[in-house]
Amino acid sequence: MVTLFSKPAYMLKEEIISESVSIVDLVCKLYERIRKLDPIINAFITLRSEDEVIKEAERKEKEVKKGKAKGLLFGIPIAVKDNISTKGIRTTCGSKILENYVPPYDASVIKFLKDEGAIIIGKTNMDEFAMGSSTETSYFGPTRNPWDLERVPGGSSGGSAAALAAGLAPIALGSDTGGSVRCPAAFTATVGLKPTYGLVSRYGLIAYANSLEQIGPMARNVTDIALLLNVISRYDENDGTSIPGKRPDYVYSAINPYDFKEHLKVGIVSEMFSEGVSEDVKKSVLRVLDKVSGEGVEIDEISLPSLKYALPAYYIIAMSEASSNLARYDGVRYGFRANTDGDWNKVYMETRAEGFGLEVKRRIIMGTFALSAGYFDQYYLRALKVRTLILNDFRRAFKRFHILVSPTMPILPFRIGEKIKDPLAMYMCDIETVPANLAGIPAISIPAGFVNNLPVGLQLMSRPLSEDLLLKVSKMFEDKIGLKDLIAPL
Amino acid sequence: MEEPKVKIGLEVHVQLTKLKTKLFCSCPSDYRGKPPNTYVCPVCLGLPGSLPKVNIKAIEYAIMVALALNCKINKRILFFRKHYFYPDMTKNFQITQYDRAGGAPIAINGYLKLNVDGKEKIIRIRRINIEEDPGKLVYPTGSIITSPYTLVDYNRAGIALLEIVTEPDIETPAEARLFLQKLRSILEHLGVCDCSLEGAVRTDANISIAGGGRVEIKNIGSVKDVEKALAYEVLRQKEAFLKGVSVRSETRHWDDVRKVTVPLRVKEEEQDYRYFPEADIPPIIITDDYIEKIAKCMPELPDERIKRFQREYGLPQYDASVLVSNKKLADFFEEAVKLYGGNPKKVANVIINDFLRWLYEKNMRISDVKTEPGDIAELLKLMDKGIISIKIAKEILPEMIVTGKKPKEIVREKGLLRISDEQVLKPIILRVFSKHKKAVHDALKDEKAINYLIGQVMKCTRGRADPVITRNIIVQLLEKIRKGENII
Repeated sequence: MVTLFSKPAYMLKEEIISESVSIVDLVCKLYERIRKLDPIINAFITLRSEDEVIKEAERKEKEVKKGKAKGLLFGIPIAVKDNISTKGIRTTCGSKILENYVPPYDASVIKFLKDEGAIIIGKTNMDEFAMGSSTETSYFGPTRNPWDLERVPGGSSGGSAAALAAGLAPIALGSDTGGSVRCPAAFTATVGLKPTYGLVSRYGLIAYANSLEQIGPMARNVTDIALLLNVISRYDENDGTSIPGKRPDYVYSAINPYDFKEHLKVGIVSEMFSEGVSEDVKKSVLRVLDKVSGEGVEIDEISLPSLKYALPAYYIIAMSEASSNLARYDGVRYGFRANTDGDWNKVYMETRAEGFGLEVKRRIIMGTFALSAGYFDQYYLRALKVRTLILNDFRRAFKRFHILVSPTMPILPFRIGEKIKDPLAMYMCDIETVPANLAGIPAISIPAGFVNNLPVGLQLMSRPLSEDLLLKVSKMFEDKIGLKDLIAPL
Repeated sequence: MEEPKVKIGLEVHVQLTKLKTKLFCSCPSDYRGKPPNTYVCPVCLGLPGSLPKVNIKAIEYAIMVALALNCKINKRILFFRKHYFYPDMTKNFQITQYDRAGGAPIAINGYLKLNVDGKEKIIRIRRINIEEDPGKLVYPTGSIITSPYTLVDYNRAGIALLEIVTEPDIETPAEARLFLQKLRSILEHLGVCDCSLEGAVRTDANISIAGGGRVEIKNIGSVKDVEKALAYEVLRQKEAFLKGVSVRSETRHWDDVRKVTVPLRVKEEEQDYRYFPEADIPPIIITDDYIEKIAKCMPELPDERIKRFQREYGLPQYDASVLVSNKKLADFFEEAVKLYGGNPKKVANVIINDFLRWLYEKNMRISDVKTEPGDIAELLKLMDKGIISIKIAKEILPEMIVTGKKPKEIVREKGLLRISDEQVLKPIILRVFSKHKKAVHDALKDEKAINYLIGQVMKCTRGRADPVITRNIIVQLLEKIRKGENII
């Protein structure tokens, strides 16, 4: 049954314009549901005041009535990960060190959302500084998986994914440094896309590992992903890594079927189905691939040998960049400052000691180590070389295949507390997702099925800047698999 | 004993003050004198999520400097992050350039030719980096040591800087001064930096003597102080060398009040800056076409200008060099020559011998001068027409410089016009005659003594008496005395 809370954004948008759905009503019902469910789920760190949002909804509704409603997301509520800067709304990164930080400016994607009429309802929970795969390292407490409240929703964009799966928002933004959009999408039976590096502006995204990450659209179906991507993927001169040029209409690509003039070649990456991947997940993904293969779709296996070095290379690069990006948090200009006397050095040390959580400190220390004189060549430079090898392997693979597939996560959603004391086990969760970040290629996770009522995600990857094809194929798979617009029974 | 060998290398930080905006954001770069922390934005404040955007004009300026210093320009410009914690840093790393780990400064391997006592000397340039300036620490009560708290002003944060590093080819403090003067003149001719602005050019000097430890003197503000600080170090280190004490490698601070260098706190270990590539700025590719386009639009540089001054104005090499050592001065000279229309050498003489000397004595800068080139031209014209004497000219120049008044105005106000009226001069001369009877007596016998009498007349008229007419009258009067005629 399609309820108001599971309705896709592309439908809501039509119904808002045709006045069969009232924006005020939509917002009020959503807040009612959030009030009821979020104390359990903990998807939001900061919720905008209901009064303020209702006023915004009322203004928008007047525009609808005047026939002046304009924008791809007019009147659509959206949840935004709390590492994306929002002017006037505190942006914590899930950290004590930014507990009271209110940005004086909007991230470029937030401007784009506002331009297109979206209504930001709140900021979602995340692993502190996006460092984690479970949303457990948040200073604001873990988020629960709506499909099983004892389990994690994945991370680091766990709040956004849980909000979608619980029907607290129709669409959301996440960010993906090593799988942080795709992992929670897989764990919550939602859809999450990590775009090509440079497709979406990072201006205003609080950096964890800036050479790897992208802001990504999150939704409960592929078409909404395409719709949201249409809004956020503008070229932005404020981001030097933003790729210039016009973007295709991703919704048009997604909803128009593959023409099969050429067979669609899908590659199964053998390294991504090997050790470390649970049998349940493997079976579930292979079953789906069976389902989609057939007329016009050729599925074959391919080996990308360099992938066995992907995880260590990823962590060295990510931690090195993190140690640099997080150096600015010293309590002088904004954010938390330790209440201590002494010279600046002492204040800095105590601010950082008290303000950062354990996982963040671990990564800063390891990254600092990797960049230190005498170790730089051996770690950082070597990791960059691995990155080049991986890129070359993907290039080779994409000469043969349009799309590469794998499980999104090697395991099923795990229990809260199960891995938090074992960082290595937690890092291993990212084994399927980090290659796309190292190579800068687009990758999406779509629901593949359930094992013991727990969601399993399928990952699809494609050539740089081929999001149009990736979304088209994802839509095709989504239709064949038949899992979309899912809301966890709560 | 052989004179110990001195090796000096300079690291010069030059703000590209002529840029309209900062290096990585669109904040205006004329931050001087503005209320603290008002010329800032998310980027130069390093707010979470902000990203740098390279000011391409800064790259263009850097290439101009590189070409003027005969450097090899790297075709692929990369930025690196240099990490250290300090309160003037908004990100606790500085975006700069690096010559290892795959990095490359914008330019390397250049040189600058100096004229040292008439001989050409080449100072090699090791590299030129582009980087961002940090903010400024303000010690509200006293100094870095005594102030109980420190304030930070980030208006300066993100200003585009060039770091120009020489090889240790400099052998005396005077050569260091010549190098800096010439560098400043080049920067001003290029129009990339107004070097007279406070803090626009800051120098670190490295000096070692006879293979002793390398001493770095940090952050010296003026050219004069660089020379003084190095002279101080030469003395200090030579003394140590002669006593057989080895000089240790250290960083010292130039105390410009006490005029001595003092050791800064010695660091226990080498600072590890953890340089690594700035991924937020993709490599900038410099094409040959681009360099050529910039090269074609390069303005006249000091060496060419000196030659032109010799050729066009017939100036001796010395005069031309002095004038061109400062762009503002050279511009001033050329404008004055144009407005004067007479012999350029006369203009050069007034500027070098009188104008500059006075500035030097009063420790004034050319930018402080209120005189306009036209005033110097007018002064010379007044002299040519015999309206004022050279002595008067020299007398009124300082007032012109300080007040900006026109020479005619001063002459009129002070009644300094030359006295050539016989009716006026004669009574004065007669007064001198009656006061200096012996001199008159001498003059009757020896013509040379006339000069003394002329001198006395000049004294009475404060130099305003026309010397030729005065002499004529004196000679006539003496003749009358000889003939026994009444001179009154």
